Amino acid sequence: MIGWFDQNLVSILNGFAIGSLLFILAVGLSIVFGMMDVLNLAHGALFLVGAYLAWNLLSDGATWGGFLAALGIAALVGLLAGGVLSVMTEPLARRPILDQALLTLGVSLVVAEVLSIVYGNDALSVGAPPGLAESVSFLGRSYPAYRLALIGVGLVLAAVVYVVVERTSVGALVRASVADREMVSAMGIDNRKVKVAVLGIGSMLATVAGVLGAPVYGARPGLDDTILILALVVVVIGGLGSVKGALVGALVIGQVESLGRALLPDVASFILFGTLALVLVLRPRGLFGPRKLAGT
Amino acid sequence: MSAAVESTVADTPVSADRPDGRRRPPPLLRALPAVLALVLLAAAPFFLAPFATTVLGRVLVFALFAVSLDLLVGVTGLPSLGHAAYFGVGAYTAGLVSVHVTSEGVVPVLAAGLAGAVAAAATGWLAVRSSGVFFLMLTLAIGEIVFQLATTLDSVTGGSNGLYGIPAVRLGGTPLTLAGYVYWFVLAVTVAGFACLWLVSRSPVGGVLRGIRDNEPRMRSLGYSPFRYKYVAFVIAGAFAGVAGGLFAAQVRLVTPSEAGFTTGALALLAVVLGGAGSLWGPVLGAAVVVLVRDALGPTLDGHGPLVLGIVFVLAVYLLPRGFAGLAGVSGALRRRRAARGGAT
Amino acid sequence: MSGALLSLSGVSRHFGALTAVDDVTLDVPAGARHALIGPNGAGKSTLFKLVTGSMPVSAGRVSFAGTDVTRLPEHARARLGISQTLQHSSLFTSQTVEQNVLLAAQRRRGSRASLVPRRQAAARERVAALLADVGLGSRSGSPVADLSHGERRQLEVAVALACDPQLLLLDEPAAGMSPAESARLVELVRALPESITVVIVEHDLDVVFALARSVTVLHLGRVLLTGAPEQVRASHAVQEAYLGTGREALFTDSAGPASLGVS
Repeated sequence: MIGWFDQNLVSILNGFAIGSLLFILAVGLSIVFGMMDVLNLAHGALFLVGAYLAWNLLSDGATWGGFLAALGIAALVGLLAGGVLSVMTEPLARRPILDQALLTLGVSLVVAEVLSIVYGNDALSVGAPPGLAESVSFLGRSYPAYRLALIGVGLVLAAVVYVVVERTSVGALVRASVADREMVSAMGIDNRKVKVAVLGIGSMLATVAGVLGAPVYGARPGLDDTILILALVVVVIGGLGSVKGALVGALVIGQVESLGRALLPDVASFILFGTLALVLVLRPRGLFGPRKLAGT
Repeated sequence: MSAAVESTVADTPVSADRPDGRRRPPPLLRALPAVLALVLLAAAPFFLAPFATTVLGRVLVFALFAVSLDLLVGVTGLPSLGHAAYFGVGAYTAGLVSVHVTSEGVVPVLAAGLAGAVAAAATGWLAVRSSGVFFLMLTLAIGEIVFQLATTLDSVTGGSNGLYGIPAVRLGGTPLTLAGYVYWFVLAVTVAGFACLWLVSRSPVGGVLRGIRDNEPRMRSLGYSPFRYKYVAFVIAGAFAGVAGGLFAAQVRLVTPSEAGFTTGALALLAVVLGGAGSLWGPVLGAAVVVLVRDALGPTLDGHGPLVLGIVFVLAVYLLPRGFAGLAGVSGALRRRRAARGGAT
Repeated sequence: MSGALLSLSGVSRHFGALTAVDDVTLDVPAGARHALIGPNGAGKSTLFKLVTGSMPVSAGRVSFAGTDVTRLPEHARARLGISQTLQHSSLFTSQTVEQNVLLAAQRRRGSRASLVPRRQAAARERVAALLADVGLGSRSGSPVADLSHGERRQLEVAVALACDPQLLLLDEPAAGMSPAESARLVELVRALPESITVVIVEHDLDVVFALARSVTVLHLGRVLLTGAPEQVRASHAVQEAYLGTGREALFTDSAGPASLGVS
């Protein structure tokens, strides 16, 4: 057991790194849908925007200044993009959910194409900031320091989001409106402002995740779809609108993606689908999804 | 194959005493536009250049694919983002059958349809249990998994290089090498596939599917089990997506993982939305727009056709909530209303 | 089963801390014309949902025609012969009047599993007859979207009857109907054969007393009283239940069933 653990330590750690990135992505996606009924299919494209931003600022030598600037700009871009998306989806608020999803799908096609026009079709790699670029020894194995830091950032962010959602008044509003969509307007709060804020923060998490993920995954066309689908699987497994669900789902899918691919490379895709299938057969609304009352 | 279908979609065949008192034209007259379209399509190779003929063939293939998706999206109300999975399964199956077994006639295409149905049956039982946005996400995940399988199983599929060297379709042992012959083969299968899907949508089961789309809880209280009907629709749609994939393999003779990918599925959905979900003939027009922009306009834009398509997508969602068919429906409704007003006074 | 077509024993339904239906035991004999009345929030609609199976019970047993159906899903119960109209119109809004009723009729009389178009003559004949009965004979080709509120209620009844039910549950069928429309409804329900058992929830007490031969009063999810209409009208407990929730004294209203103008 210990021997097996030792052998696969790198894969397990990679799984945690992927998981922590997926959590940052999925929690935004999940809360946006849980609160606002908007399925943002442009989430992956926003991630890619963040990744290319990181490349812009870090390709001439990775510095902390460049890295932090990339994070800051990405956060700003994300907030703005969320605001734009929220304005764009507003006229469709009374139409079926599919229409809003299609709109974001169209936006994601446009964004991905523009990125490939600007940056070309080659995979670009991004260096980690100094001090984190090297490998360190961890439990007797050599492991990239940046990925350890990424796991740490994911954990801190998870703790912050958890405290905000579970312990603050803003969080109470979030939870209430996930449980009952009419709640926001019933409390006399301007629904549109909440939507701008929620989509802004959700999109910001996506672009920031893009910067954080860039030293690991780089930036390339197609990465947006891969990331979007993994994040969606996380959200489905965890349950829409649940922070706890996003965390558990991200950790599970992180391990499936990393450990699963390392141990059983040929059937890893089946494992991903199998995990999804198993969860949905046992819990159709996800592990921590809202309990829907029949007939209501 | 357009206006005739629309008129039967809009009206119920038996109600002779129509409230507006307007006589239905005789069946032959109603079928006229469809017959005309068919004659034009069949004659196309005589007056089109080989390249244009090939592009038109691609339009037909993509149209059959989009119409099969419309059975899910428009008729049943199940928006699938992963329908390309079954298109891809069909394309690879037809390609492999052609390479390793035979490329005789419709054999690879039928094998592709069967494979599409089997793949849809295997994955649909899970997808169909969910609804709304969960269905969207699940089908997206299914599509991506097929895409990844196509990329990783390179001993079978040729990996990201694709499956190439697919032999030409043979009829009675003679390979069809001329673009025009291949086009006619594609046209024949597409028309047959469209006819099947149209029959299904006009059948009692099609009626049940529309009922589920409009009001699933009410269908349950009328004694229908929505799951079974949705599952059947999913498998049928998968089968015809597979057939379309088989035609793709026969026409292009190269199958890459992107045939099963996210973008293919999204473009099919665009064709359905653009054409008008639920009308079946609308998505044919939508598919024509999508393929023309991608294949004919794309090269002049450095291969960035998807950029135009993305913009079209965004505009279509705002401006054409019911697609081209919606435009036809609006004028039809206006005519009806005018007729009703005329009858009242 | 002593001839009871529908039999509820100890049926309850909780929503969290709230108990919407509380230990209801009720037998509806075959051929009954039974009304459920009670102030808003008495649990009438919830009770209907527990009978049709669109909502699971928290406790208790539902039997229909001698079989325990507590665990059966809604569509299976519908096939046994339970049919309903819903409080809020629940129709197939993108389709015509005829298609709406046909969906219900083709399940029993048509070829619902056919994948190619069928004429379904038997089912369509039945649809035409039902539409004539409810007064929509001339509207069969109209889209549902063009119907008035009252016409939609009439269509609901046609859809429910097209299932050939043994038990027909009507949830406020007269809500929003004009006096003429509700008079027609009363006539239609009165003309139904004894083989169809009718249970009705209705606020319009004129309609209730014109139709019902037995009445159950629900209050706060419990059965307050079951009896003949005269008994219920005379009961002090019932009057208090209505008054106690701040409603007008419905039973002291002078307008009796005679004023309905139904002959």
